Amino acid sequence: MFLIPDPVVRFFHRMASPPHFYAFTERLMPWLVVIFLLLTAAGLYGGLYLAPADYQQGDSYRIIYIHVPSAWMSLFIYVVMAVAGAIGLVWRIKLAEIVAISSAPVGASFTFIALVTGSLWGKPMWGTWWVWDARLTSELILLFLYLGVIGLYGAIDDKRTASRAVAILALVGVVNIPIIHYSVEWWNTLHQGPTVTKMDKPSIHVSMLIPLLLMAVAFKFYYLIAMLQRARTELLLRERNAQWVKAMISESK
Amino acid sequence: MTMQEFFAMGGYAFYVWTSYGLTLIVLLANIIIPVAQRRQFLRSLALKQKRQ
Repeated sequence: MFLIPDPVVRFFHRMASPPHFYAFTERLMPWLVVIFLLLTAAGLYGGLYLAPADYQQGDSYRIIYIHVPSAWMSLFIYVVMAVAGAIGLVWRIKLAEIVAISSAPVGASFTFIALVTGSLWGKPMWGTWWVWDARLTSELILLFLYLGVIGLYGAIDDKRTASRAVAILALVGVVNIPIIHYSVEWWNTLHQGPTVTKMDKPSIHVSMLIPLLLMAVAFKFYYLIAMLQRARTELLLRERNAQWVKAMISESK
Repeated sequence: MTMQEFFAMGGYAFYVWTSYGLTLIVLLANIIIPVAQRRQFLRSLALKQKRQ
């Protein structure tokens, strides 16, 4: 613990307390929403209006501003879910379990968006809605992993037990994450290779790159908002008999 | 660029706007559903407390 500054440690200790988490996220929410809306407005203005059409793909390429950030989020959220699940598994921290399960529907949604917008982009550019190539198939498996996590959690009544089962499933599924990322390099696919994360120099013009990065950060904030909303609901459901919930309700009357 | 040109998306209007519309619906649903669930649950808890 000597590597982590003291205030950070204290912050996480306090956030692990349900009443503090519930009150803090309520105060945090408007700020997150404002930042998300500003980033999205700037990103969409830059991407849909300012950026020029692509010299090969015309205006169809503008799907990139939601397709690529969604695909990035589908991987990012899965890793967050697996790490939070592992923390819950090892240290039995209730809020880590709640963050893990609250991430699943948001991650599934971004995976779904990545698949559908990819399909809508593939039809005019590749001439097909779908191919069973490595990138598309491994992303579809990711969607099934998310749905498996949600289904498994719902099927077990005791939510502490459900969280442990879900964490193990999520951790096993982590193996799929590098497969998705490197699928376009390991196999011959119809899907194009990486454009932005190439080590030497991104092969995308700066007027297209800036809105793409703005949307990527905006989606990170969206994830925080949507995940925290679910986490607050899940926390109340689990803590319905706790003193702080009863006190909060009698105060609000 | 005129408004009409903007919405036409160089002939790709269907693909581009379906993508953006669907994304909007999915992202909105992910906020509305948990907030509505929480409000309903808080109401039922308040009702229960009143009866006791």
